[in-house]
Amino acid sequence: MRNVLTIVGRELRSYFVSPVAYVVLGVFVLLSGVFFQAILVQTLQMVQTIQAQSFGGTPQPIDVPGEISRQYFGTLGVILLFMLPMITMGLFAEERKRGTIELLLTAPVTDLQLVAGKFGAAVAFYAVLLGVTTAPISILFLYADPVLGPLATAYLGLLLYGASLLALGLFVSTLTDNQIVAGVMTFGLILWLWIVDVLGGAAAGTTRAVLTHLSILTPLGDFMNGVLAVSNLIFYMSLATLGLFLTYRSIDAWRWKG
Amino acid sequence: MIQVENLTKKFNGTPAVSDVSFSVEDGEVLGFLGPNGAGKTTTMRAITGFLPATSGRVTVGGFDVFASPIEARRRIGYLPEHPPLYPEMTVDGYLRFVARIKGVPSSDLRFELDRVMDTARIDDMGGRIISRLSRGYRQRVGLAQALVGDPPVLILDEPTVGLDPKQIHEVRELIRSWKGRHTVVLSTHILPEVEQTCHRVAIIARGRIVAVGTPAHLVERLERSARIVMDVAAPAGEAAAALGGVPGVADVRVLDASDGRARLEVEAAGVGADVEPELARAIVERGWGLFGMQSSTMSLEDIFLELTTDEPPGGEAGS
Ligand SMILES: Nc1ncnc2c1ncn2[C@@H]1O[C@H](COP(=O)(O)OP(=O)(O)OP(=O)(O)O)[C@@H](O)[C@H]1O
Ligand SMILES: [Mg+2]
Repeated sequence: MRNVLTIVGRELRSYFVSPVAYVVLGVFVLLSGVFFQAILVQTLQMVQTIQAQSFGGTPQPIDVPGEISRQYFGTLGVILLFMLPMITMGLFAEERKRGTIELLLTAPVTDLQLVAGKFGAAVAFYAVLLGVTTAPISILFLYADPVLGPLATAYLGLLLYGASLLALGLFVSTLTDNQIVAGVMTFGLILWLWIVDVLGGAAAGTTRAVLTHLSILTPLGDFMNGVLAVSNLIFYMSLATLGLFLTYRSIDAWRWKG
Repeated sequence: MIQVENLTKKFNGTPAVSDVSFSVEDGEVLGFLGPNGAGKTTTMRAITGFLPATSGRVTVGGFDVFASPIEARRRIGYLPEHPPLYPEMTVDGYLRFVARIKGVPSSDLRFELDRVMDTARIDDMGGRIISRLSRGYRQRVGLAQALVGDPPVLILDEPTVGLDPKQIHEVRELIRSWKGRHTVVLSTHILPEVEQTCHRVAIIARGRIVAVGTPAHLVERLERSARIVMDVAAPAGEAAAALGGVPGVADVRVLDASDGRARLEVEAAGVGADVEPELARAIVERGWGLFGMQSSTMSLEDIFLELTTDEPPGGEAGS
């Protein structure tokens, strides 16, 4: 455990001395902020329109903060598709490029501890990104009374969704010693997992059902609607396990290839 | 302390190291001497467990590096060919990280860092960012990294590369001072380096160990290493006697003899004694047939020439 924490600690410190962390954080804060603002304005306009149309009768009750946060989280899911590859791209690729992998693989640290340390660091950094998003959400608490349940499940969903993509990104990072290549490949992989959803929307019948099931975003939608389904938990957790397992195997394979 | 048995390492089917066996005793300093691409780094990586062997076995302190890697690695300090440094870290931060992953207890951390930094002569470099260090200082940080935790076994891949003459001298002195305390395997291209620092030398070329011995013993062997294999049509005994009479020939052995044909191996006495024409004449003059003649391709002499090229001028005199 100490070994894992040591690796997590070194990695986090490295994130915050490299520009990557600040670029990712900066762009993320900016984009999510702009979208939140847009969603806020749009939703309020929509509410006014509906009220105006109800001609003095009792307007239909609308869960305004719920509507805003749902849209906001949905947007985050998409922004994160672009951000997550940057968190993992260097984790192993840079070790190989700098030759420090030779230190890590000859130190009294197991491969499992190494993978756990790298993954832990990526998830910790991701948690910082998610932490930033609580700022706009807390504004909702100032002016309205959002329902807590769906917020909690949304964050749980985002965490699992991110963790599973980070695990896949970690695997891709073991495949090359060029972090840009790793980043682009991860992005491609994630995009593919996402586009499956769009294809699913266009298809019909069984194809549609299958494709929708495969999509990385479908379970996230459930989480955001406040639905906590075991199958969704299992979906993300198995994806993460798959990514970590492949990472582990890939490290073993390098040793043999040299 | 270190046992290497029939180590073979292939990369995509091409052997980089073939059937290498040797052992290093407790407290002994073994030098690996060999030209570029000889397989020094590959052998060292197999010892540290970085690259698993294609076949064969390596044990360190009785632990198989493949079967019980963690136990074996606890006993090894390793300076790879390229020092494994994180450029964005400070020297202090880096060594602290190394100490932690090597399991140095937190309470001893500061003491241990001071000790290795002092040994590697980087005691005033703690706060410097590694990417801004000169090459020589990076090499020293790499060396300090290998010493963290005071491991009994040190594997040093070209430890003096990139150092200035004074530092080269200091590092050689340091390694010499470890005799009896650490078991050391170091690699180098430089013959004087092994003469000065090592108990024993293994000369490695094209993935094979071609000679092992004390430096003095090897230098002696190097001086009489020209080997010529000859195929002749002559009675083996008579041909051997005739060749043995050629000036400069130290020894003649009959490798094979049948139906009036013989294959003989001639060992010439000194480097630079061009005995081949004389050997040919000795056969032809007696009316025998000479079918073939081949100087052995992997003579120690060849290796020696490749090795003795790059001691920097005044390297040792500089201090
Ligand atoms: N990862 C690898 N993949 C393929 N071939 C390799 C790999 N590492 C080494 N080799 C090959 O193995 C052979 C031995 O290389 P090695 O690095 O062990 O030599 P060396 O004795 O350390 O040489 P030098 O003095 O140049 O450091 C070389 O032919 C090299 O090309
Ligand atoms: Mg080498």
